[in-house]
Amino acid sequence: MSDTLTPTSPAAVSSALRSRARPKRRINWGRVAAWAVMGVLLVITLFPFFWMIRTALSSNPDLVAGKQSLVPPGATIVNFKRALGVATQHEITAATGAQTGTTINFFSALKNSVIVCTLITVGQVLFCSMAAYAFARLRFRGRDKLFFLFLMAMMIPPVFTLIPNFVLVKNLGLLNTYLGIAAPFLLMTPFAVFFMRQFFLGISKEVEEAAVLDGASRWRIFRQLIIPMSIAPLTTLAVLTYITAWNEYMWPLVAGSAPNVQVLTVALNAFKSSTPTAIPDWSGLMAATFLAAIPIIVLFIALGRRMVDSIGFSGIK
Amino acid sequence: MASTAPIRPAAEAVPAPVRVRRPRVPRARLRPDTRWAIVFLLPSFIGFLIFFFYPTLRGLYLSFTNFDLLRNSGHWIGLRNYQEMFSDALFWNALKVTVKYVIINIGIQTVLALGIAVLMHRLTKSVIVRGILVLPWLIPNVVLALLWMWMLDPNLGIINHYLNLVGIPSQGFLGSPGQVIPTIAGINIWRNMGYTALLLFAGLMTIPAGLYEAAAIDGAGEWRMFRTITLPLLRPVLALVLVVTVIGSFQVFDTVNVATGGLGGQPGGPANASRVLYEYIFQQAFQFYNLGYAAALSVALIVLLSVVALIQLRLLRASESDLA
Repeated sequence: MSDTLTPTSPAAVSSALRSRARPKRRINWGRVAAWAVMGVLLVITLFPFFWMIRTALSSNPDLVAGKQSLVPPGATIVNFKRALGVATQHEITAATGAQTGTTINFFSALKNSVIVCTLITVGQVLFCSMAAYAFARLRFRGRDKLFFLFLMAMMIPPVFTLIPNFVLVKNLGLLNTYLGIAAPFLLMTPFAVFFMRQFFLGISKEVEEAAVLDGASRWRIFRQLIIPMSIAPLTTLAVLTYITAWNEYMWPLVAGSAPNVQVLTVALNAFKSSTPTAIPDWSGLMAATFLAAIPIIVLFIALGRRMVDSIGFSGIK
Repeated sequence: MASTAPIRPAAEAVPAPVRVRRPRVPRARLRPDTRWAIVFLLPSFIGFLIFFFYPTLRGLYLSFTNFDLLRNSGHWIGLRNYQEMFSDALFWNALKVTVKYVIINIGIQTVLALGIAVLMHRLTKSVIVRGILVLPWLIPNVVLALLWMWMLDPNLGIINHYLNLVGIPSQGFLGSPGQVIPTIAGINIWRNMGYTALLLFAGLMTIPAGLYEAAAIDGAGEWRMFRTITLPLLRPVLALVLVVTVIGSFQVFDTVNVATGGLGGQPGGPANASRVLYEYIFQQAFQFYNLGYAAALSVALIVLLSVVALIQLRLLRASESDLA
């Protein structure tokens, strides 16, 4: 019977009608347009980074001559060598068109950034997760009031504490030291405490209670039970902390402006200010900025999914 | 916090038996863990006291003094800093410039981010797309400021080159008093739109998909669904995102400090046109060494930010959800 081939249930009928009522072609055009918009947005997002690399691969005389092709004429890696301080005088002259180019002491700044950011990340992740555990699990007088006070610190604009903190660090003799540059972020930031507390609150209490009954101390529970269970959020927090510290500019600018402790952001600005206005060293500057962004890009590629997924959480909840 | 509140009275009722030596007794679970709390909280509490609590009080105090950074001393002068502020033309200029920046920045950024979030929601959950869009937000502001300075260079910049190709004359951008704030705003819109979109995207994911399916069956188009489903249900998230981004926007500093004033120039230029509040506070403190006055300016900033946040929360009814 050929009748059996025709759909019989009302739901199937309506679904068949719907798919006929909306021709496939029209839906696709809407999606094509939407994808085109998305494509444009992605190009707008990525083009400046492409141009950064393109400029870093060009020579200054070519830039001054106004060569704007997408592929650099006579691509060269001499600017990266200059930024890293391994170029010869002959190469520098050829690349800058000047006898003496300003140089950025990139390795020194890179080292400073790595030291400061590592200090901050280790300190902040450890101390803030300890505090977060206390706020999430331990019972003591005034806990919620204290937590609220911690959160209030998030409302204070950094420029407000910048000035008193500067006076404090100066009086402690910590200006232009790694400890001084790391100090305000080393022990605690409200966000990190908040972030980890949210996670600890979600861990089941039963395992912990069993451990308490077995006589394990709070510290042992934290170290052997809680930390291993929290590797994922701890990694996310560590990466976010590291990137935030890497990008920090205002505080290191006032607390660590001496050349030997300058972190990358401060060194880059100093490099910009010292480049001659008549013949600005754009290719050298772009090579240095690109190198300064690489660690972030590498971190991001390695841990991108986790971070992208955590952004909604950390920003809103 | 609310979820843990009921536990507290019970815990406090136990009169701190600190001397209990044997935690093996089941009763030990109810004992307040005050001693351990001290251990766990000590480092961060010291950090909080030294770098948040004390500086806040000290900042407030400094605003009533004429503390000078070079002399490293100052004395109480009462409200004089605040009186001076009201007659300081540069302060009012900084306020005006900052508000102009915030309006351009937030206005365009929010619309774009909302568009991107909806696009992502309807098109793709691809991590790569989200990753690319959020990339600029992760790169140091200083790096981006230098990059855009170069791209917007009046003579050699690629943007002017492309403008010329389509018949538009070269623009001054960062070097033009009328264009510098819109340009800074544009750079930061480019930087933040993907990140803001991701925040909104997280909000969109909480809207039940069934609503869209039902609307589609009823023949609603994309625009209609956006207006009657997405926007009302996203409102609480949108309100929070707006409060956070507006407060952040008022605090613009890095981009201005690096990208304005040209190479080797004084940030805030040309002709004070980009001297935002943060930049002005920074310069008063670390260039003119008027720490006391700079502290008073930052008190004004806090007051301003609180008022703006309160008004926003009130207007946007952020705490109420339509998704009951």
